[in-house]
Order: sequence, then C-alpha cells, then structure tokens
Amino acid sequence: MLSAFARHAATGARQAAATPRAMSVAGTPGLMSVTGMRFKSRMAAAEEAKPDTPLRPLEETETYDLPAFKTHRMDLGGLPTSTTASGAQLQEYFESMYRMRRMETKADELYMTGHVRGFCHLYNGQEAVAVGVEAAVSYEDYLITAYRNHCQQLARGDTVEAVLSELTGRVTGCSGGKGGSMHLYKPENRYFGGNGIVGAQGPLGTGLAFAAKYQGTKNVAISMFGDGAANQGQIFEALNMAQLWRLPIMFMCENNRYGMGTSTARAAASGDFYTRGDYAAGLYIDGMNVLAVREGIAYAAERCRSGEGPVYVEVDTYRYKGHSISDQGTGYRTTDEVQSMKASRDPIDQVKTMLVDGGWATLQSLKGVERSLRKEVDAAVKFATEAPQPPPEHLWKDVLSPSASGESVVRGTLVTKGGKVGTPL
Amino acid sequence: MTLVSAVCAAASRAVCLRGLPPPWLLATGSASVAAWGRRRAAQQAVTAPSPVSVPEQPASKTPGGVADVSTPSSVTIPLSTGPLTVGSADTGGTRSMNLFTAVNDALRIALEADESTVVFGEDVAFGGVFRCTQDLRDEFGPDRVFNTPLCEQGIAGFAIGLAASGVTAVAEIQFADYSLPAYDQLANEAAKFRFRSGGAYAAGLTLRMPCGAVGHGGLYHSQSPEALYCATPGLKVVMPRDPVRAKGLLLASIRDANPVIFMEPKALYRASVTMTPVGDYEIPLGVAEVVRHGTDVTLVGWGAQVHVLCAAAERATAEDGISVEVLDLQTLCPWDIDAVVASVKRTGRLVVSHEAPLSGGLGGEVAATVAADAFLSLEAPVKRVCGWDTPFPLAHEKYYLPNVERCLEAIKETVAF
Ligand SMILES: Cc1ncc(C[n+]2csc(CCOP(=O)(O)OP(=O)(O)O)c2C)c(N)n1
Ligand SMILES: [Mg+2]
Repeated sequence: MLSAFARHAATGARQAAATPRAMSVAGTPGLMSVTGMRFKSRMAAAEEAKPDTPLRPLEETETYDLPAFKTHRMDLGGLPTSTTASGAQLQEYFESMYRMRRMETKADELYMTGHVRGFCHLYNGQEAVAVGVEAAVSYEDYLITAYRNHCQQLARGDTVEAVLSELTGRVTGCSGGKGGSMHLYKPENRYFGGNGIVGAQGPLGTGLAFAAKYQGTKNVAISMFGDGAANQGQIFEALNMAQLWRLPIMFMCENNRYGMGTSTARAAASGDFYTRGDYAAGLYIDGMNVLAVREGIAYAAERCRSGEGPVYVEVDTYRYKGHSISDQGTGYRTTDEVQSMKASRDPIDQVKTMLVDGGWATLQSLKGVERSLRKEVDAAVKFATEAPQPPPEHLWKDVLSPSASGESVVRGTLVTKGGKVGTPL
Repeated sequence: MTLVSAVCAAASRAVCLRGLPPPWLLATGSASVAAWGRRRAAQQAVTAPSPVSVPEQPASKTPGGVADVSTPSSVTIPLSTGPLTVGSADTGGTRSMNLFTAVNDALRIALEADESTVVFGEDVAFGGVFRCTQDLRDEFGPDRVFNTPLCEQGIAGFAIGLAASGVTAVAEIQFADYSLPAYDQLANEAAKFRFRSGGAYAAGLTLRMPCGAVGHGGLYHSQSPEALYCATPGLKVVMPRDPVRAKGLLLASIRDANPVIFMEPKALYRASVTMTPVGDYEIPLGVAEVVRHGTDVTLVGWGAQVHVLCAAAERATAEDGISVEVLDLQTLCPWDIDAVVASVKRTGRLVVSHEAPLSGGLGGEVAATVAADAFLSLEAPVKRVCGWDTPFPLAHEKYYLPNVERCLEAIKETVAF
C-alpha cells in the first residue's frame, strides 16, 4: 500500500524508500520500551552512549513492539504485536508531528495577539493520530473530522501557510479566509475537513463511505470525532446505517479524555469507546504511539476494504492545551496529570527516542531539523499576517452555486440584481 | 359582534394567538373558549406588576472571560436603553448586575422558590461557558443542578419529559446554534404536546440559549434562530436586552406553563450592566416596552439590536432633529401587536431591525401585521434592516450586521419618503 506520506511534498526527497511493510525486517527487535524513563534523561543517556558514531542510513529498518490493541467483535489475533519502521519513516513522522506542534504553538500566539478571531482548538498531544492515520491510508480515502482540524489539514498535504492564513482570515487561506480555524478543507485530497456541529461528521462520513462502495472502489472513509461527540445520537444513527449496509468506514473516536471541561467518566456510560458500536467491530489503539496508530488503522482499513463493514476505532490520546484557547485547561484536571502525560507518553518524544536509539539521528541532528521547521513555520506566520483579507463582496460568494458566468447568487438570484427572489438570473 | 367573535378577538389580543381561525370556525365549543378567555384574562390581571422605576448604571464593557466570544472584539454595542421601569414594588432594593449575573440570580431565585426546579445542560454544573449557572450546583446540590452529556436532542427531549411530569425544567443549550440539532424535539414534541393530547399534557420547560453576534463568533457561535421558533406554534420565544429584563423575563418564562425558548444575547453578558432588583419579580411575557418615546418614526427590535436602534435614534435626533420611538418587543412570540400598531398609528412610520437574515425573519411578520392593521396610518413603506441572506460570516461580520449606520440611513429614508 502506498503511503499517503509518500506524496507529501515537504518530505518528498527522502521518500523513495518509505513504503511501510514492503521493507525487509532488519535490525534488533525489542527496542520499543520508550515509556518509563523520563524522555530527557533517556535522550541524554543515548547521546552519551554513542558520541561520534556516524548516523545510520535512513533506509535501514528496525522492529518495534507495539502497545497492546484491544478489540470488540473482531479477532485480536489478526493484529500485529510488532512492526518495522525505517529511519526515513520515523524521520518523516517526527518532522510532520514537530511541524504540527510548532504550527499550533504559533496559532496560539496569533490568537493571543488578536490575529486569529473566532474559535481556535489546538491539537497538541494528539499529533500521532493525524500522522499515523495518513501513514496507513491514502489520499484516495476520505477523511472528515470536527473543529480540531488544523493538523489533519497538514497531514492531508496542505501547507502551514494555507492553514495559518485561514486562521487569520486571509484570502490565501484554505477556505479563502471564510471558514476560519474550525473549517479547513482540502478537496483534491478528499479531506472533508472541519465541522462546527459536534457529531455531524458521523453521518457525513457514512455518506462518503457509501459513495466509495457504490462507485465500486476499494476506498474507505474515516470520520473522526471526540469522546464528547461519541454521546451524540447522530453517531449511533450513522453506525447503524454503516453496519446495515456494510459500509467501509472507520468511526474514529479520538478519546482525549475530555469534552470541554467534562471528563469521559462524567459524560459516558461506558468509557470503553471501542465497544460502543455494540454490533459493529471495535478496535482500541494507543493514540500516542504513531506506529500503533499506523498499524491499527491499516488493519481496520483492510477490514473495511474487504467488505466486512465499519470499525469503531478508539484512539487513546490526550489534549495538552485547553479545549480552545480561552480555556486554560486547568479547572477540571490537575497540572500533574498533564505533566505526567507529557513526560511519559508524548508522541513526538517517542519517535525522537526511536530515531536516536536506532542510530539514525542524534539530539544534535534533530535540533537542526527542528530549527529548520521553526523557520518554515515562522515564515508562514509572516505570510499569514501580511496576506490580504477577502474583499467585502466575498460575503455574497458561495452562498449558492454561482451563475453560469460565475457571478454570485443569493436567494436564487444574482447579487447584481439586488438579490431579490423572483428576479430572473 | 357576537359573543364568540368578541371572545376570540379578546383572546387573540390577550395571548397574541397569531393566525386565529375565523369566529365561525370556533362557533362550536364557544362556552369553553369563552371560559378560557376569562381565565386567561384573570391570570394576566394577577401577574401584571405595578411598575417601579429602576435607576440605570452607566454601562461598562468588561472584556475577558471563559468563552472565546467574550474576549475583546470589534463588535460595538452602543448601550443605552432609556428609562427603565420594571418589577413589582417589593423587590428589596437593587444591585449592579450584568446579564450573566442577572440570569444566575433568576435561576437561584427559581431554584429557591420552587423545589421541583432543576437546571441542567452541557457543563452547567461548572457554571456553563458563560458563567450563568456559576455556584448553583454548590448551593442546590448535584441532583438539581447537573451536567448532561453532549447531546442536544437528548437534552431537549429529556427536558420535555421532565416538564410533562410536572417538574420545573430549565435546560441550557450551550449556543443557540446548537439548538438546531434539538429542533425536532422542540418543534415536534414540546410545541405540540399540549395540542395533540387535548390539553392532557404540556411541556412547560424553559430552554435557555446564548444567541447573536459577538464580533468574531463565526458561523456556529453567532446565529439568531428566533424566527424558526416563532414559526412554530406552541412555543413562546423571549429575548431580553439587559440584566433587568433578563431576570424578570426569565423568571416569568420559568413560571409560564408553556415551553419557552429564552434567548440571551451573548454580547451583552458582560457588556450590559444595570442596577437590578435583588428580589423576585417577573416581567410579563407578550408585552413590549417603549424604550424611547418619539413621534416621527417607530423602531422595533429586540435583544442586543435594541441598543443599536437606540444609538441610531440618538443620532437621527442629533443630526436631523427626528423624533424617534424605540420599542423592545422582549417577547417575540407572542409579540405585542397592540403596542407596535399603536405606536405606528402615532408615528406613521416603521423600521424593524434584527440580526437574523432578512428573508423569513420576524421583521417580515411585524411588517405584514402593521401593513394590515395600521395601513391607513402609514406615511412610508415599512423598512427592514436585517442581516443579509447569507450564512453568518466570520471574516465579514462587520458587513453583515445591521449596524447603527444602516439603521440611521433607514430612519432618514423613511422619514424623508
Ligand atoms: C452540537 C454542538 N453542541 C455543542 C457544541 C459546543 N462544543 C464544541 S466542542 C465541545 C466538546 C467536544 O468534545 P469532544 O467531542 O471530546 O472533542 P474534543 O474537543 O475533545 O476534541 C462542545 C460541547 C458544538 N460545537 N456543537
Ligand atoms: Mg474530547
């Protein structure tokens, strides 16, 4: 299967060898216990151990144990317990996630300085989900999510500039500046983007999946939603349709433990989200581990493609920041909880450890990568604050389909004719 | 006039039952209709308060807060409401409140006065996104003030069932935009329960929801869907313009036997501050308030738009010496036809204004009613100054809103007609 990332322009140069699972298994198994020791001390130890060793070629691979999956109405035995990754793949995951983290940090700043208006929901902590998904499916497959959608936009092949300038309401943004933070889309890569109504993307994704099946393709749809959204009736309605018609869709619950200020324990009768599809298959994935996400989603996608119907996927993840920028994220959880999550399960640190332990990178070399990514994001920030705003007449644009000559239509009539119903086009 | 038609006319005025069928259709069962009309009139007489005047504090705008929408924004709501009169005499003094603390105060009073009252919604136990339910869980316990999961249709339906069992249910929908997933329950269950059961059951719930523009809320945190609810017979719809009204109207809504959609202009939660009676008082539903007296033109609005109209009125007076009357409908369904028609009969001109889009908005209903009931008094065509027929925009909010400039222009055009 061709990785979606293989076509990711930003890392194209190193991509040639990066096709997961096609690679021969080499290297030492069992390198995978990245949790436990605090990241910084682990990294320091790693650095000390090999001060001057030349870096290992990126196309070489390593095998990693995977954190345990859990299944519901699905054979657990079919899922891998370990996987192989090349240095190139890990490097790519690291870059993608670091770029995301950095972009979100800058989005936060842009909001605080009044450049971003409206609402702004950050993805920090959840990067492995967006990146792992794209490592498992292709841009032929449909993706739709909620308002926490900046990083999926990057993962679906857009630029930091297009994202940040949408946030700042510029005409260069991926929705022409009209959607803002919650409404990013990438039609050429089948990203159906951000929804403001919690849960609405469940049925929408089901429609996408039906189209994939009806058109005789082997494509799948992924509908991402939160643990809070999992309690919306729409999700259950959609799931029933999908199971009834055996549609190729993953209902993907990003369980980041909270829906705004409400913890799952307070809102969900069952916190085992992967079992909540009842009659539908379910899969639990450690969503902080990019390889686990990649393997779990690849497996579930294969199952969908083979016509067995939907899979309710729970990715166990964590939101570092508040719900949106005005939420400090502290009123309903302890700082300890957030800190220990960052220290023990951070998705970026996990990949960094793999890269350094595997000999493909050093702390020093990674710092260089980080520096260049920061530069890329800084340039995008500049772009996003200098690009022009959409002109006033764009208020009328895209309310209805344009006239044959491309003019804006409101209330079924041309704006140039006063937008009065009954005035012929 | 026959007895039946007289009763129908009275009833139609008393409750503003719109689109009442002709009297001959109601000829059978006239006795019960007549009795109902009398009951209704008696009820109204009892709840009508003796007015007491409340001093107004200079409005202040406090930025910052829990919700993004209450952070400083470019939206400027001119806050001037003219003289305030409200409430029953026994209100025990006044205190400075903003709109969210006034709502909080009303909820506290409702919880205290009626043991069956329960308050719930998304994050409500923590005070809610706009702090309207702050501290209530601590004061009244988790059985009476509680969080619901994220499920608007469930919240509304649950509230309807609760209310039908006799409990005083006060639910919150986090933003009016999210009441649309619950619209089915409201339109098909709440609004029709009494009618379809021949009066056996009713769903007298109160559903609070923040509504309206706030400067940068974008598509799903800014809408004013009042027209949808006004177009649904069986519901009442209320929108206050300041803390005094918010408290009195909310208490009246909670105690009303009918389902009430109570829409709170979120831009005013902090921005609008008034000296507000601390006691228990109600402002009757279905009654408009003349916020500013004038003789040349009548402006009709509700919620935050009343402040925009008042600012436009002030400028029209200052710039062109136009004498402007401003009416706040307060209750949008049933709306106070008598008050509006009486005012237009005096001024001969009407401008009606709301944030919601022009087409299908409540302004059209007001205009058509005035055209029918005050036709011979009109000196100029009725003007509507509303949001445009577009989704609520993020980047273009300032172009979308019926701001002071647009209202002022309409006033001048109407007067010059
Ligand atoms: C229908 C609807 N109700 C309420 C909201 C307000 N709201 C936005 S996000 C959110 C919490 C969602 O939590 P979750 O689904 O867990 O997603 P997360 O924010 O954690 O990614 C709420 C209540 C909304 N946008 N839409
Ligand atoms: Mg969540």
